[in-house]
Amino acid sequence: MRSTTFPDKLLKGTAALVFWLAVWQFGAWQVGRELFLPAPLSVLCRLMQLAQTGEFWLTAGLSLGRVLLGMVWGTALGCVLAVLTASSRWLDAILSPAVRVVRATPVASFILLVFLWTQRDQVPVIIAALMVLPVVWGNVTRGIRECDPKLLEMARMYRFSGWKTVRLIVLPSVRPYFLSALTTSMGLAWKSGVAAEALVWPKWAIGTQIYNTKLYLETADLFAWTLVVILLSLMLERLITALIRRAEGGSEP
Amino acid sequence: MIALEGVTLSYGEKRVLEDFSLVIPPHGVTVLSGPSGCGKTTLLRLLAGLEKPEQGRVVGVTPRQTVLLFQEDRLIPGRTVLEQLTDVLPPERRDEAARWLELAELTGEEHTLPRQLSGGMSRRLAFVRALALGGELYLLDEPFTGIDLPRRKRLMQALRQLDAPVLLVSHEPEVADMAERVLRLDGPPLQVCGP
Repeated sequence: MRSTTFPDKLLKGTAALVFWLAVWQFGAWQVGRELFLPAPLSVLCRLMQLAQTGEFWLTAGLSLGRVLLGMVWGTALGCVLAVLTASSRWLDAILSPAVRVVRATPVASFILLVFLWTQRDQVPVIIAALMVLPVVWGNVTRGIRECDPKLLEMARMYRFSGWKTVRLIVLPSVRPYFLSALTTSMGLAWKSGVAAEALVWPKWAIGTQIYNTKLYLETADLFAWTLVVILLSLMLERLITALIRRAEGGSEP
Repeated sequence: MIALEGVTLSYGEKRVLEDFSLVIPPHGVTVLSGPSGCGKTTLLRLLAGLEKPEQGRVVGVTPRQTVLLFQEDRLIPGRTVLEQLTDVLPPERRDEAARWLELAELTGEEHTLPRQLSGGMSRRLAFVRALALGGELYLLDEPFTGIDLPRRKRLMQALRQLDAPVLLVSHEPEVADMAERVLRLDGPPLQVCGP
């Protein structure tokens, strides 16, 4: 397999970005109306204008905080439920259908239900957590079940303590499944969190801003805020990947 | 006295041991030889407490006092050669690791991962890891697979120096020649054909 160098990756990435910007610009020319499809430059200008206000940073920061908090809760609960599911057939029988129901329920239903039960600001957090939970649960459960039974038998035979078995055998087996769940669920957390914000309108929230763009037909603003979500999501993904790499490199398995 | 008394064990429909009794010699290396599938590995697993007999019992030893070297190496993929040893050694005996590595002729490979070892090196590491664990009965399932004759002799010498009985499954005549005694087995169901 050919290895890809950093300049090579950068070149390909830039080429792809330029290509899609050109497609977007061409589309904007063809449509000819900013209301339906604003040009990339208009969106960038609008984004720069927004970024010069304090409200922009407060809005972006609070939305990021809600999504992060939702991810942390969803991941923690997903891991706990996965351990319970994998450790007992009874708990598996009880928990599995409930988590599957959560996975299958439309996010809009959850948003409206949670809005009835809790405060406006908490809805995006809970919704992001609910979207992350089944993904983490499913992957971590699988990771635990895929643990090599021969290694587990060796650990028992060689008198490993429970914690040592978990640290040396179970966690390395779960790690790839967990990391895959994190990256998959991050996108879900953003989409569902912003959707919840757009439906329940917390005071400082990207989703609320997106909802407002619909009211005032500010399509450039809609694109600008969407761009903010994409950028924040990419940054968060990079940050989590870097943290995971650092943890893997810096600690004993 | 370590012994199996009237042990019966089946895997599904297949009866591997039926009212089987055996007294384990108290010292030295005993080679168990016999055709594949006759029940040698099952016998070791029973003595190690990894299989529960339907009838009969194992006397004179508890699972925590036995050491089983599995037929496969079962090394932990993410652990280095040195860590494979220190993982089984209690903290106060960690400095023994260098001695075990020397026996396995793996000195200098301390930081190597299992995937970077040859088959013979992996087997030697698994071998010394089992010995390092320590116990009152050593059960070794084809311990010399992939290990050349001079090294086999060296490892066999180490087995002879253990202050505990060793049961060793092997098909190879040269291994039998190095042991104190040989039990020829047949089955299933498992039976002793002769010394």
